[in-house]
Amino acid sequence: MSKNVPGIMRQKPITPWLYLVPSLIVMFTFIVYPGVNTFYLSLRNADNTAWASTACKAGESCWGIFENYHYAITSEIMQTAFLNNIKWILIMVTGTVALGLLIAVLADRVRYESVAKSLIFLPMAISFVGAGVIWKFMYNYESGTNQIGLLNAIITALGGQPVSWLTEPQINTIALIVVGIWMWTGFCMTILAAGLRGVPEEILEAARVDGANEWMVFWKIMIPQILPTITVVITTMVINVLKIFDIVYVMTGGNYGTEVIANRLYTEMYKSYQPGRASAIAVVLILVIIPAMIMNIRRFNEQEATR
Amino acid sequence: MNPFTRFWNWIKSLPVHIILIGLCIIWLVPSLGLLVTSFRPVQDINETGWWTVFAKPKGFEEFKTYCASCHGEDGTAIATADLTDPDLVQNYRRSFNLLSSLERDIDGQPHMGDISVPDEQTAATIAAYMRRISGIEARPKFTLSNYIDAFVGYRGNKSYQQDCADGTQAVDLHCDVRDLTNPRGMGRAFLNSLFVSIPSTILPILFAAFAAYAFSWMDFKGRQWMFALLVGLQVVPLQMTLIPISRLYAQVGLNGTFLGIWLFHTGFGLPYAIYLMRNFMGSLPREIFESAYLDGASHWTAFYRLAIPLSVPAIASLAIFQFLWIWNDLLVALVFLGGQHPVLTYQIGNMVTSLGSGWHLLTAAAFISMALPMLVFLFLQRYFVRGLLAGSVKG
Repeated sequence: MSKNVPGIMRQKPITPWLYLVPSLIVMFTFIVYPGVNTFYLSLRNADNTAWASTACKAGESCWGIFENYHYAITSEIMQTAFLNNIKWILIMVTGTVALGLLIAVLADRVRYESVAKSLIFLPMAISFVGAGVIWKFMYNYESGTNQIGLLNAIITALGGQPVSWLTEPQINTIALIVVGIWMWTGFCMTILAAGLRGVPEEILEAARVDGANEWMVFWKIMIPQILPTITVVITTMVINVLKIFDIVYVMTGGNYGTEVIANRLYTEMYKSYQPGRASAIAVVLILVIIPAMIMNIRRFNEQEATR
Repeated sequence: MNPFTRFWNWIKSLPVHIILIGLCIIWLVPSLGLLVTSFRPVQDINETGWWTVFAKPKGFEEFKTYCASCHGEDGTAIATADLTDPDLVQNYRRSFNLLSSLERDIDGQPHMGDISVPDEQTAATIAAYMRRISGIEARPKFTLSNYIDAFVGYRGNKSYQQDCADGTQAVDLHCDVRDLTNPRGMGRAFLNSLFVSIPSTILPILFAAFAAYAFSWMDFKGRQWMFALLVGLQVVPLQMTLIPISRLYAQVGLNGTFLGIWLFHTGFGLPYAIYLMRNFMGSLPREIFESAYLDGASHWTAFYRLAIPLSVPAIASLAIFQFLWIWNDLLVALVFLGGQHPVLTYQIGNMVTSLGSGWHLLTAAAFISMALPMLVFLFLQRYFVRGLLAGSVKG
């Protein structure tokens, strides 16, 4: 990196810091300090007057100073949240990446490419809250035959029974994930399409001339070529999904078994007034994300090496 | 190419078109439903699905079965019994009026001829249909009143315009221009959202420009690892910092203030902003900086005369990204502004959880909040995509 700076542009040792200090102060105050503080708070009791171990009850299992983590890892509601987050990761990441890839590959072959891509991408521009309203209306449930929600109208028109999408256990989490897929497929599509554009045309042509069909070209050439891009998309999506909050908050409030980690954190902090527990959940969240963080830095270092 | 090969190629490409167009339709339909619903009268929304606006109104089928053979499909075929005439239909406000008229003989012949008289339910539907085509129950297919109600924060069960005309409006409504800034309305929330988003977009870019310049064109100790740390900071979930910051804000009195939320967004926007701008500035040709320096330019001159003007594309991407991100944010607004200065997302979230299914207000409110991001996106898509591709893993 430093080889990039022209040698004649040496400056007084103080100058760089004049440019950097405003940013450093703000980032320290709003990211580094609170991060460390959250870790400290996670070891304290609810009103931050003593260590968390004082919250232990006699006769029950206790993790001492890590009592908040006891709650954050083993309590029933958090177990539900973990399980749901895993569902979210599995279904949403697979869904967005697979659909994004499909659309990126197919759109390349048609004349209305830009229109199709814009349509798929448009949900990215709106808020989760807006998407929540859109889909809550899609999922609307009435008990009779007169349905104003499109999905139940289709089901009743085909002779089925209407489904209460957002309160039916098992179905409701999937219903929420569908909203996530609807919003984020455009993101995956855009990044993957850029990756595909980087695959040299000659390789594809050579394979086709050698008699490979489109299916083989896709699996044997395109996929291996854009594997790094796919990895990036998957890591980014996993991080995004772990932090998912708005959709759940707006559509079910985490009720009916749809709880996720980030919504639980909000509930513990601002509805149950348990900052210790909320902090412990936050620390658990960052621990889960750290591997992705390391991957990010490693990828960055590789990029820097080839600059 | 002979016609046969062309036809064959067309057949071969058909699955691609079917899948792609099918997906596009699936992606479009939910938003379309919202848009259509937001313009429908509230009674219609709860009575029929939004897709029925593309079909004939309710009762048309029944009308066709029982009446159209003599009265015509539009109801005007018999001049002495024009079913679109309000004065005539006025007599059939209740279904039994209509039924008794249908059972009565006309000039010694049964009214309905060979067709059997409809049952009561069907007669009611037909009567409602006739009231609609004759215009006495003039309920337009589309209306703007949902938007007006959402904008001024009207929560009654008629409409803002009607309440104001009757003088029965709620105490906090004035029926004049002041209502545009009613704290419960989307109009005020729109202004609040702008007031949150604009400074929260400008500040981090301003700070980041300086830092990015230092990272690209200055030499100092620790540059390498500080920048790597920055890459790591990008993925720190903001949930991690909410609790200490809201405690800190409570102590210094920043909870519920615009300044508080600007600063928070600045802090969280910075790692990504610096990363993106440094990648852009760092790839500017080195020669121009060298020659500027040889001509006696200082770092400050090189910064604001060269680096900033040349980085405008990166700044544009960043600005759009950050603006949309803040405009669409719920969590930070919920925690640091809450109900004191409700923004759009907060207001809608509130309506969803408290209002249940006031779909006419909800859909209009949601569309008000989506209009600006959609415009930004449609006109500046290029910059938006570029910002995305520059490697975003923003918290």
